[in-house]
Amino acid sequence: MTFGMYVSPEQLMKDRADYARQGIARGRAVIVASYATGIAFVAENPSRSLRKVSEIYDRIGFAAVGKYNEFENLRVAGIRYADLRGFSYDRTDVTARGLAGAYAQTLGTVFTQESKPYEIEITVAQVATDPDQDQIFRLTYDGSVSDEPGFVAMGRDSESLTSSLAQRWRPQMSLAQILSLCVEMLRGASEERKTPALTHDDFEVAVLDRRRPRRTFRRVPTSALDTLLDPAEPLEDLPGPTGD
Amino acid sequence: MSPNAAVPSADGRLGPAFRDVGGTSFVDFLSAHAPHLLPGVGPEGASVPPVPAPHGTTIVALAFADGVIVAGDRRATMGTVIARRDMEKVFAPDEFCAVGIAGSAGVAIEVVKLLQVELEHYEKVEGTLLSLEGKANRLASMIRGNLGNVFRGLTVLPVFAGFDLTAETGRIFSYDVTGGCFEEHGHHSIGSGSVFARGALKKLWQPRMSPERATSVALEALYDAADDDAATGGPDVSRRIWPSVAVLTSAGVRFLTEAEIEPLVLDLVQARAENPGGAR
Repeated sequence: MTFGMYVSPEQLMKDRADYARQGIARGRAVIVASYATGIAFVAENPSRSLRKVSEIYDRIGFAAVGKYNEFENLRVAGIRYADLRGFSYDRTDVTARGLAGAYAQTLGTVFTQESKPYEIEITVAQVATDPDQDQIFRLTYDGSVSDEPGFVAMGRDSESLTSSLAQRWRPQMSLAQILSLCVEMLRGASEERKTPALTHDDFEVAVLDRRRPRRTFRRVPTSALDTLLDPAEPLEDLPGPTGD
Repeated sequence: MSPNAAVPSADGRLGPAFRDVGGTSFVDFLSAHAPHLLPGVGPEGASVPPVPAPHGTTIVALAFADGVIVAGDRRATMGTVIARRDMEKVFAPDEFCAVGIAGSAGVAIEVVKLLQVELEHYEKVEGTLLSLEGKANRLASMIRGNLGNVFRGLTVLPVFAGFDLTAETGRIFSYDVTGGCFEEHGHHSIGSGSVFARGALKKLWQPRMSPERATSVALEALYDAADDDAATGGPDVSRRIWPSVAVLTSAGVRFLTEAEIEPLVLDLVQARAENPGGAR
C-alpha cells in the first residue's frame, strides 16, 4: 500500500488559490461600470470572434477574464439557465442575483472538488431603469461573490485600476464620458507595462442600455467608438433607437 | 430530470446538462433536460378523444417590393362558439421574421414562445443571427414534434415569413402537419378561411407592390375570408377590433398601429357597402 505525501488542507487550498490567481493576473483587463443611461463593458481584447463580453438575458450582461474555454463554458451555461428560467416562469423572473448564485455554487464546487480550479473571474451585471438600482456582481475563482457599487475592474492590474476608478468614477456620467474614462484607464495600465499603445481596435465594448424596451444589450463597434470618443466632435450617445 | 427544472440542481450548481459543450439549440437542451416543458406533451396514445380547445383561423402572407407582409384576423373559435374576439395570431419571434398561426391556439402560442427563445438562444450563444432557412427549419422541427397532438385534434399550422438579409428579399414558408417546410412564391394563406383569402390574393396580388397597396390587398383577402368563413372574424366596427398586420423590411419587423389600420379598414368596409365583391 502506498500513501501520497501529506498536504495540509490549508496548504492545498492556498496552492489552488495561488494557481488560479496567477492565471487570472495574466489575463487582459475588463472594466464594467454603470453610467447615466446604462452599464458599460470595456474589455482589452483584440479578437473580434473570441468574446469576453456577452448578452445573457434582456437586462443581464456578462464579462470575464482568464482562460477562454473555462469562462465560455460558464457563459453558455448562464444563457441556458436564464432562457430556461424565463421560458418556464416569466421573463421578469430572470435576475442577475439568481445567476450569480448559480455561478458561485458552480465555481465553488470546481474549486474544491476538481483537479484544478478555474482560472477565471466573472462579472454579472443587471441594468435597472434607475442607476441606483443597477446590480453588478463580481465572482472569483473560488466562488466568492461580491456586490460592487458602480464599477468593477478584473484581470491584470485590477487593483490599480480599481483604486484609480474609485477616484475618478462618478454616478450619472454620459456614455462618452464613461467610455473615454475606461479606455484611458486601460491604455494607462498598458503603457506602464511598456507594451504597444492600444488603439480602438484593441477594445471590445458593449452596453446594457437602460432605455431600451426588451433586450438592452448592444455591442459598440469600433466605428461607433471612434465617433463617441472623437476629440474634435464627441458624440454623447449611440445612434439608433433607444425606445424612449 | 428534476421536478422543478428551472432550478439547475439540488445544490444550486449549474450541473453537467448546463455545461455540456457544443449545443446551440434551446429545444435540444429542453428535450434532454426538461422535456415536460416542451409544447404538446400530454397523455400518450391515439385513443385519447379529440380535445375541444380554441382554434385560430385565417392568416395571409404576401411579398411586396421591399419585403413581406403577414396579416391575420383576430377570432378564435371553439366549435360554433367564438372563444376570443381579440386574439393575436401574428408574432415576431425576432427582428427579421414573423409567424402567423392557425389551429389550436394554446399549443400554437407555446410553439411561438419556444421559437422566440430558440432564435434568441442561438444568437446569444453563437454571436450571429441564424439564416432565414435555419429559422424556418427550426420551426419545422417544432411542428414535427407536435405530430402526436394532431391525433387529438390539436393541430398547429404556421406560415413563416421573414426578410432574408443575404438575398435582400422577403420570403414565405408554409408547413404541413408532419413538419414539411415549403417555400411559397408571392403569397400564401392558411386556416379555415384560406380558400377564400387565396382566391382574393390570386386576383389582387402583383409583383413589386408598394407597402400601402400590399397592406390593402392583405386586408381585402382577410375580408373575403371572413365574408364566407364563419370561423374567421371580420372587422369588428362596434368594438374597434381590427386585423393585425406585420410588415417586414430590411429595417426589421413593424406592426401597424391600430390608428394606422383603422382608417384603412373603415375605407374598405365603406367601399364594400354597395359592392360586396370588393376591389377588382
